[in-house]
Amino acid sequence: MIQILFFFFAALAVGAAINVLVQKHVLYSALSLILMLTSVSVLFILLRADFLAAIQVIVYAGAIMVLFVFVIMLLNLPRDEDGADRLRWLKFIGIPLGLFFVSLVIATLWNVEPAAATGATLVGSPQAIGQSLFTDFVLPFEATSLLILIALMGAVVFAKKDL
Amino acid sequence: MIPVGWYLILGAILFLIGVLGFFLKRNIIALLLSVEIMLNAVNLTFVAFSTQHGQISGQIFVFFVLVVAAAEAAVGLALVIAMFRNRETLNVDRSNLLKW
Repeated sequence: MIQILFFFFAALAVGAAINVLVQKHVLYSALSLILMLTSVSVLFILLRADFLAAIQVIVYAGAIMVLFVFVIMLLNLPRDEDGADRLRWLKFIGIPLGLFFVSLVIATLWNVEPAAATGATLVGSPQAIGQSLFTDFVLPFEATSLLILIALMGAVVFAKKDL
Repeated sequence: MIPVGWYLILGAILFLIGVLGFFLKRNIIALLLSVEIMLNAVNLTFVAFSTQHGQISGQIFVFFVLVVAAAEAAVGLALVIAMFRNRETLNVDRSNLLKW
């Protein structure tokens, strides 16, 4: 049962991710990416990271992608003009190098022997995550607030019409 | 129970799709979407390892990746708006003022 779920949502995630690239209009790409994010959140549930699955839907699909769709609709974009004036010789280098990278990834994944599972089964409950976040990782957590503040100011500065 | 290797392979496939989109697409918003795909692939790998080893640290890392993704989206989209206002295009090949 779990394997059927895994394969269904894995195929959905890969298909949606490919659809992001295939779509001509970037708005459809963004909507397809939302489908991919929700499929990945189902995979998080299968991995027993319940809280992260909820966060994935709320923050990623709910906030970040809404921001994307909002900007796309705000700009009222023309049609995508892909590959109009790309350098022609790039594909003769890019395709072999890309195939090399893919074969490297496949070879690495093939050869690596996964370590045996250790410890008891883990459930990513909000309590466990909060406990770890506010004890072991409290310094990165605080640094994160600084990052968000800088991003906020940067966004305002960039989007301002005349500084 | 699903072996962790399947999740890793799925994460690798999603990451490759993201890399492919980053190099093939010319629309700057599509580039940002490709980056989001790559970040999600890495998140999936983090959670898979976290579950396999029974340690919560991997899931904490996903939080920080999420925060970075949100900051990147905010700043990136502000840049997109500024670029569109000045150049009337979103094609990254057309914005070549700093190109040597």
